[in-house]
Amino acid sequence: MSTTEIKVPVGPQHPALKEPENFTFTVEGETIVKADVRVGYAHKGIEKLMESKTYIQNIPLVERICGICNTAHTICYTQNIEYLYDKPIPRRAEYLRVVAEELNRIHSHLLWLGVVGHEVGFETLFMYVWRDREVVLDLIETLTGNRVSMAFTTVGGTRRDITPEIEHKMRKGMDILEERTKYYRRTVPADPTILARAKGVGILTAQEAIQLCAVGPFRRASTIKEDVRSDDSYAAHDDVPFNVVTYDTCDFFGRMMVRIDETLESINMVRYCLDHMPKGPIRMRLPNTPPVAEAVSKVEAPRGEDIHYVRSNGTDKPARYKVRAPTSANLAPLLQTMTSRGKYDVYIADIPVLIAGIDPCMCCMDRSVRFVDPSKGKTWVWTMDQLKKYSKRM
Amino acid sequence: MSLAVELLRNLVKRRATVLYPFKDKDRVHLPEGLRGKIAFHRERCIGCSMCFRVCPSETIEMTEDRIGKRPRFYLDRCTYCQQCEDVCPTNSIELTNQFENFGFNRKEYRIE
Repeated sequence: MSTTEIKVPVGPQHPALKEPENFTFTVEGETIVKADVRVGYAHKGIEKLMESKTYIQNIPLVERICGICNTAHTICYTQNIEYLYDKPIPRRAEYLRVVAEELNRIHSHLLWLGVVGHEVGFETLFMYVWRDREVVLDLIETLTGNRVSMAFTTVGGTRRDITPEIEHKMRKGMDILEERTKYYRRTVPADPTILARAKGVGILTAQEAIQLCAVGPFRRASTIKEDVRSDDSYAAHDDVPFNVVTYDTCDFFGRMMVRIDETLESINMVRYCLDHMPKGPIRMRLPNTPPVAEAVSKVEAPRGEDIHYVRSNGTDKPARYKVRAPTSANLAPLLQTMTSRGKYDVYIADIPVLIAGIDPCMCCMDRSVRFVDPSKGKTWVWTMDQLKKYSKRM
Repeated sequence: MSLAVELLRNLVKRRATVLYPFKDKDRVHLPEGLRGKIAFHRERCIGCSMCFRVCPSETIEMTEDRIGKRPRFYLDRCTYCQQCEDVCPTNSIELTNQFENFGFNRKEYRIE
């Protein structure tokens, strides 16, 4: 390290961060030459807790991995358990799941657009977007009984059905949302305040996105046309048409536009589902104990590809459950965007928008506990027996 | 600045927020199936313990009285997932529209 380089710690408690994580930036003047991240401040122990609860009890627990993309996690969990039984669920339930998932995506992307307005310093946009987001939250509340935590899907189908009144309300709500989102689609790229902050900031080239395994809108903003919903379709996504939105700007501006365009696509998908909803049951009763098997399920959450793994041992509780939340995959490419390299310079002032650019959800991805001794620069992992031994010694 | 037009238009609109505690005109929209506070109809219960088995947050404890097993609800632990209402064979558990669940005494949050 040369004498002109200084290390700037950001976090775990910092006004620019919404969640606890620690970034260490090595700066030379205003330019960031190296970025490092340390996570694990919000480890919840959900995977271990799931092993002590039954498959039905785990549904509300899985929902609490992530508050905002809760539907993505519950759909991923329930279809994972259905894979263990190896039985298809009713088609109407699959359509209902798509409706719930897309409502969730609209709510998540609008929330994110408001947060971007806040990070850029454009509070007016933040207020307006969040006001319009209330429309979709009211729809979610009418459909599922709660504004955010839907508890809509269950093993074998869904728990509620769309009545003609709810359908009518939903169509009206979609019209309002489409009009407002199209308004933001027009105004946001035309606004000089946002453009000055977003254009050319945080470049992640297509090659880097592939090398570092970026997922979700972050990957699609780097020209890569990949989406779990179209590539490996689940639920009713094989029927519901939509365009995979990509942008070739590879910067923060592209990430913003991908999310706005995806909101419009989601609105159309909800309309298509309401038009083509098949008749029939919404739930299939399955036995409480799945056969001994293992399964992996993938869902396109609003933040990217969400992967769940389950292994059953013939009891009513899972033997092992593993969750890979999308932010976990997006951390390495985020560090790349925050490092000056070649012709791309990254400055300290870019940090808040770059972190917001991946739509981070650090608390979803905190999985393992690692012990760190910063004075010696040592890290290690303990087994359960070693932990017990240590606690007795204390 | 196209947002300036929107700003001017909103000057003459009524406010988007709702004051709380609710006054005369201020109300929040409560849909029919809202998941709120649990209401328990003891006379319908047959003591099958199904609600106890599906509850994810240990809200429900089974107690024994002279008729048989009956659930006791600790609402301060409830996550309002509605799984108990879904499995109840006699519809003795019902989630009401009451969403204002705050207080200072834990004993108020026990339903038998």
